[in-house]
Amino acid sequence: MHVGSKCRTCRRPAIIDLPRHNANFCAEHFLELCRRQVVKAIEHFQMLTPDDRILVAVSGGKDSLAVWDLLLELGYRADGLYVGLGIGEYSDVSGAHAKAFAAQRGLKLIEISLRGDYGYDIPTAASATRRVPCSACGLSKRHLFDKAAIDGGYTVLVTGHNLDDEAAVLLGNTMRWEIGYLARQLPVLAARDGFPKKVKPLCRLTERETAAWCVVRGIDYLVDECPMAIGNKHLGYKATLNAMEADSPGSKAAFYLNFLERMAPLLADHLTTERDALVACATCGAPTSGEVCAFCRLQATASEHRPVPVEMMTRGRR
Amino acid sequence: MRVLLRNPTREIEIDGRRRVHALLAELALNRESHLVIRNGTLVPGDGELGADDVIEIRPVISGGT
Ligand code: SF4
Ligand SMILES: [Zn+2]
Ligand SMILES: [Zn+2]
Repeated sequence: MHVGSKCRTCRRPAIIDLPRHNANFCAEHFLELCRRQVVKAIEHFQMLTPDDRILVAVSGGKDSLAVWDLLLELGYRADGLYVGLGIGEYSDVSGAHAKAFAAQRGLKLIEISLRGDYGYDIPTAASATRRVPCSACGLSKRHLFDKAAIDGGYTVLVTGHNLDDEAAVLLGNTMRWEIGYLARQLPVLAARDGFPKKVKPLCRLTERETAAWCVVRGIDYLVDECPMAIGNKHLGYKATLNAMEADSPGSKAAFYLNFLERMAPLLADHLTTERDALVACATCGAPTSGEVCAFCRLQATASEHRPVPVEMMTRGRR
Repeated sequence: MRVLLRNPTREIEIDGRRRVHALLAELALNRESHLVIRNGTLVPGDGELGADDVIEIRPVISGGT
């Protein structure tokens, strides 16, 4: 006779199975497990203190809303930052989710529009510079997140990167033995020369867990995927890791968390020697190794270009 | 049962009852990258789905960096 799975902690009916913990949990004890994992990451890597002024980069997706929710629940003070990327309907809907989350809880959300404030959007930037969309997007977001954190006097920038994100990047860097990137792949980067401190409090939670956090907490996040992500390498690495995870639960977490514990310390030397001298960008003043920073060069090219609709960039892919 | 799937969003009909992990296996979906939701509540892997249930199988994988 089958009785249905029970919570490992309280023996009441479970709502989720977590194969990597070889256990099932009820809603209450699942949330407790998530909180514990986040606290563990924050304490182990000295990510945050109660005095920090925190800025959370919010996309309207599960991870950024989950991390904002978790930090507030744990008693931290945190404002949000939303960057409108101009990726058609996807951006409109993601912005609506971010704004609704902030409005319902009376939180401060700083809003930036790439098209409105900088004269370009991601489909146009990708097309004008012949970059992969996620590369143009990542460059834009990193610059604007850093700038908003510094300009706003925040002491830490939080992003919603989860264990799957980090494991996928780790796999990509390992496949090519990118020692410099591997050395820097830590869930906390100290502030330096005009860059804010950056932390990833969800690095011990898988994305199935962050999504489940949102479902259990009743957080209305944008489920649909960014149309520009389709077919990118990052998704391929995630699929590979999840195929291994299905055969051997816990292997994904071991790959990433054991890297942090056992391998990252061995690469610490490469972290210091990689530092090149930075100067202020001639256009925007942000720290850069060139004369004009990569963001300003991207903006100059993309804002000159006739706007490209997202459909032109996604047609024929998948 | 009626099953809502995403990417692209669509609905399919499945005859009879199923356990969650059996349904995911039948649809060739990895359980590490999906959640199964019924009436706003998560259903665990060995949870039973009735023939008349309306459920959502929600992918949890994001593509950005
Ligand atoms: S998937 Fe790529 S293009 Fe879309 S929001 Fe994420 S980084 Fe930007
Ligand atoms: Zn319980
Ligand atoms: Zn610049």
